[in-house]
Amino acid sequence: MRLTDVAIVGGGPAGLCAAIAASKLGARVVLVDDNERLGGQLVKQTHKFFGSKRHYCGTRGMDIAAILEQELRALPAEILPGTSVVGLYDRHPLATQPSPARPAPKTAQGDLFGSEPPAVAARGVLSLASREHFTKLGFKCLIVATGAAENNVLFSNNDLPGVYGAGAVQTLMNVYGVKPGTRVLMVGSGNIGLIVSYQLIQAGIEVAAVVEALPKIGGYHVHAAKLARLGVPILTSHTVLSALGKEQVEGAVICRVGEDFKPIARTSRKLDVDTVCLAVGLTPLSELLWQSGCRMVYVPELGGHVAWHNENMQTSLCHVYLAGDVSGIEEASTAMLEGRVAGAHAAAQVLGPSPESEQLIAESRAELCAIRKGPFGDKAACGKAKLAECAPLVGPA
Amino acid sequence: MRARTSRPKDKGQRTKDKVLGHRIDRHPILTFEERGPVSFTFEGQPMTGRQGETIAAALAANGIRLFRHTEKTGRPRGFFCAVGKCASCLMVVDGQPNTMVCMEPLREGVTVERQTGRGRLP
Repeated sequence: MRLTDVAIVGGGPAGLCAAIAASKLGARVVLVDDNERLGGQLVKQTHKFFGSKRHYCGTRGMDIAAILEQELRALPAEILPGTSVVGLYDRHPLATQPSPARPAPKTAQGDLFGSEPPAVAARGVLSLASREHFTKLGFKCLIVATGAAENNVLFSNNDLPGVYGAGAVQTLMNVYGVKPGTRVLMVGSGNIGLIVSYQLIQAGIEVAAVVEALPKIGGYHVHAAKLARLGVPILTSHTVLSALGKEQVEGAVICRVGEDFKPIARTSRKLDVDTVCLAVGLTPLSELLWQSGCRMVYVPELGGHVAWHNENMQTSLCHVYLAGDVSGIEEASTAMLEGRVAGAHAAAQVLGPSPESEQLIAESRAELCAIRKGPFGDKAACGKAKLAECAPLVGPA
Repeated sequence: MRARTSRPKDKGQRTKDKVLGHRIDRHPILTFEERGPVSFTFEGQPMTGRQGETIAAALAANGIRLFRHTEKTGRPRGFFCAVGKCASCLMVVDGQPNTMVCMEPLREGVTVERQTGRGRLP
């Protein structure tokens, strides 16, 4: 059984940046990811990022994944790809042995790290399963960066083969070079729906239409304009009523919806498609956080239930952190910044705060604020503000 | 568990499958290197995939979308999330049921079968 300072679950943009930050500050880091390849959802993002140079603007998502992975591999952090977390314990014998190795950090900020400094070898234990091994890993701090899962939406036959999440379509096309179908109906006109529609066309697949239940397009104008120039109809105030077919999708029925989002009679029509692609939002993958016992709060703006957290990405349990989409659905740029905050703060909790850690935390927090002040940061900013209004039940105030 | 009468084993269905699934031949940004072929069987039929891809990707490239039938209602299912989160893509791989094929790497000689219900442990 091994022991590490910081265990990170998830090797996407948030987890990679957390691992880089914590490792650079001198903490022992183990990063676990269930994929064979690091980078999370970045590996299938062929579009260039917006923002400033510091946020990798002009760089394609898949290249950012490679840059971050290279940076992490140059550090002494241990990486466990192809490994799933299958258990989380806080009362494991390993978690209660006193630590002879390193004294508890002396901090002026005792409150920040909870009233009890970590005087034990480990605060918790993860069980890890890979194809070959089953092991246990003790940790002093845990950073959950598990990301999010694609939502489905209610319509008849929404479980037919050929009804795919937008992320699944991206994986199939951009990672494996396989066409998901020949003619696609895209549901949802947020940035994911628009970008994936464009990527489908780049892969030589026809997009019959993009339907959007709201009366206006959800994503950036620049993405919508690209599709419009290619002649793809973006139908606002429209929704999908059903997928047709017995064993797989052979068509779809769409219709207009009113302001109440209810279908308007006699407006339905059939589209000849073999794939229905859903880009209707994501839900944070919070299972580990639920299990850890930290306080969970329902915040619709963040995508559902999220663990309560402060600006240091610390949950109501002072040794459990979170970063990225699991803390609220946003984008890769904010995930990377949240990862840096969580990684630096966790390292400071284990090793004691340093000027470097404080600088990294302050800088990344300022950048997060700046991004969320942008026109599309409203929703997340509003969600995070709602969280701030709730008090954690236990842990740091 | 309901007996299935409409499993797509008829020829018409297969022709359709062939039309549906294929690989991207030209792409403005990406290049997909031709990695070595991997032979496997699906429902007893020999098929070819590529090294480094998942079983789900190899099946999709061969035009196979129907991966299993559900236990209670016998509904057909394929993959949905393709990243190991939704469990829609459970199949019998080398006799082992409930294998998430969207995460399972394709290996030479592997046997892949559609799963019905919960499957049977070997």
